[in-house]
Parts: sequence; C-alpha cells; structure tokens
Amino acid sequence: VTKCGLLRHRPAGGGGGAFWVDSQQKRYVPVKGDHVIGIVTAKTGDLFKVDVGGSELASLSYLAFEGATKRNRPNVQVGDLIYGQFLVANKDMEPELVCIDSSGRASGMGVIGQDGFLFKVTLGLIRKLLAPKCEIIEELSQLYPFELVLGMNGRIWVKAKTVQQTLIIVNILEACEYMTAEQRKQALAKVSGN
Amino acid sequence: FMQRSLDSQTKKQLEEEEKKIISEEHWYLDLPDLKEKESFIIEERSFMPCEDLLYGRMSFKGFNPEIERLMVQMNSKSKKEEVEVDDKMEADVSDEEMARRYETLVGTIGKKFLKKRDQRVLQDEDEDENSNTRPSKAKKMFLKPQD
Repeated sequence: VTKCGLLRHRPAGGGGGAFWVDSQQKRYVPVKGDHVIGIVTAKTGDLFKVDVGGSELASLSYLAFEGATKRNRPNVQVGDLIYGQFLVANKDMEPELVCIDSSGRASGMGVIGQDGFLFKVTLGLIRKLLAPKCEIIEELSQLYPFELVLGMNGRIWVKAKTVQQTLIIVNILEACEYMTAEQRKQALAKVSGN
Repeated sequence: FMQRSLDSQTKKQLEEEEKKIISEEHWYLDLPDLKEKESFIIEERSFMPCEDLLYGRMSFKGFNPEIERLMVQMNSKSKKEEVEVDDKMEADVSDEEMARRYETLVGTIGKKFLKKRDQRVLQDEDEDENSNTRPSKAKKMFLKPQD
C-alpha cells in the first residue's frame, strides 16, 4: 500500500520514536482501537449492523454495552448514533464495534443522545481537532456551551442549545479546514458579535 | 526360537537406519543465525499514539457535565498532574451531612442484628421518653425464684 503525504517524526518520548505519514483523505479504513461514530442500519437478532463509513458494515453485539445482559437489552433502534471503538479491524474480517472498554465501563461510549447534527469532514481535520492544543476548539468553546463528539471516521456530531447555534458551529468546523487562522478569528468575531 | 526378539532387533536396526537417512535428507543452513533486527520496528495502523490525540467526546461550558468529567479523566491519563484535581472535586453531599447520616445509619442497621429480647427492650425504651432502667435490668437479670 502506498500513501502520499508528509513524513512526520516524533523523537523518543515515553516509548520509542514514531514515524508516520500525514496524508489527507476522506475515506476511512477501520483500525483497531479507534473511536468512531456509527449509524445503526439493521438489527438482526443479537447483532446490530453499523455503518462506519468503511468498505463494510461493522457488527455490534448487544452485549457490548455497559450493564447489558441477555435479559437487560440496551435500548438501540435503527437509525441511532453510536460512539464506540473497534475491537477487531483488519482487512480480512468484518470489523466489530464495542461500546465498552477493556475494564468493562462505558466511559462515554454508547448511544449518542437525541438532537444534534451529524456531518462528515476529512480525516486530516479530525486529527487536527483532536490534537492536544487545538486553537479551533478552544476558540469555539469560548462562544457558547455546546457538545461535540468526534469520530475518527471523519464524522462529527454537534449539539447546542438552539438550532441556529448548532448550524453556526457546523459551518465553522467545515470551513476551518481551508481557512487560515486570521480568517477564522474574523469569522468567530462576526459570530460572537451577533 | 528367538524369532520375536530377532524381529524387535531388526526393527530397531531398521528404525536406526531410517533415522539416519532422514537426518541426512534434512536440509539445514550452514549460515550463522541472523539476528532479528525487526524487533525494534512495530507497525501501528492507528493514529492515536502518533499525535497524542485527545478523547473524542467533548463538552463545553457545562453543556453535559458527565462528559466534562470524562474529559478530565481521559485527558489526565496522559498528564498525571490532573489526578490531584479530581480529589478536590465538590462532593454532592457535604461532610457534615455525611456524618449526620452515618450516626442514624449505625443505629438503624445495628437494630437489625439485635436479638429479639434486645429489640423489644429498644422498643420499650423508644416508647417511654424517660427510660426506666429498672424494668430492663430486671428482664436481663435472672430472678431467683422466691421460696
């Protein structure tokens, strides 16, 4: 597999050093351990089929939620949004999602609540937003209270108090891929002035 | 006469011959063992360890307090300074209330484990505001039958 992009290097920190290729792409390839947002498309017996934006639908067992037993089924319907991580993800097998971490707690995973807005961006933007000190996120958080879920598959879910605020955040996030820092600050100033 | 043992002997000989033939047929490298250089390179497909990415769920300005707590937890796994902050988090119930609750709690749960006699005694004590110690003592102590 060949990839084009910038080669990045992190010198030896806690572990050894790391090299990776920083490329831009929209298509997501499931990777084990990645947290993603998925849409439930089908409910077959004990299994949910979840669309994560990859080449295949991922499967999600109904027991993979916190506090779920055979009698106590999780409340998941077709069309729900799920935030989970990949248990198995290689090119030979169908990927599997779970909404529970290795110690058995949910830690924020599971069905994402009602309302809110889901949209798709490139994977590079997600990585930028998830970087330890992200200016975009810091500036947005100064505006008004809102909630944000970022999936490594390029999907972002936003929820704010009013529909207008939600849409403003969505537009800023989508546009800040191609804006410079100054343009972004101008846009935010306009918004906060309103 | 001696046929079985002969057979076993010939069998053994045959086995030995076979082993010799097999071991000669085995290919082996005369080269010295190459050291495994690849133990230092680990292939990782995910981006998470590369750039130290944060947790994906975030909430700002108190929109979702549970997620804000999670954010502190998750992000403190990388920075251990924040673990101290968690200890000072405001408790839902203040310390005084907890002490008061415990006082009453000990009493109520203690009653559960009392024997029947003591339970009745307690009831009588609760009924009479001025607890008379005499009847309780009388019940506990053994009364000698009067002649």
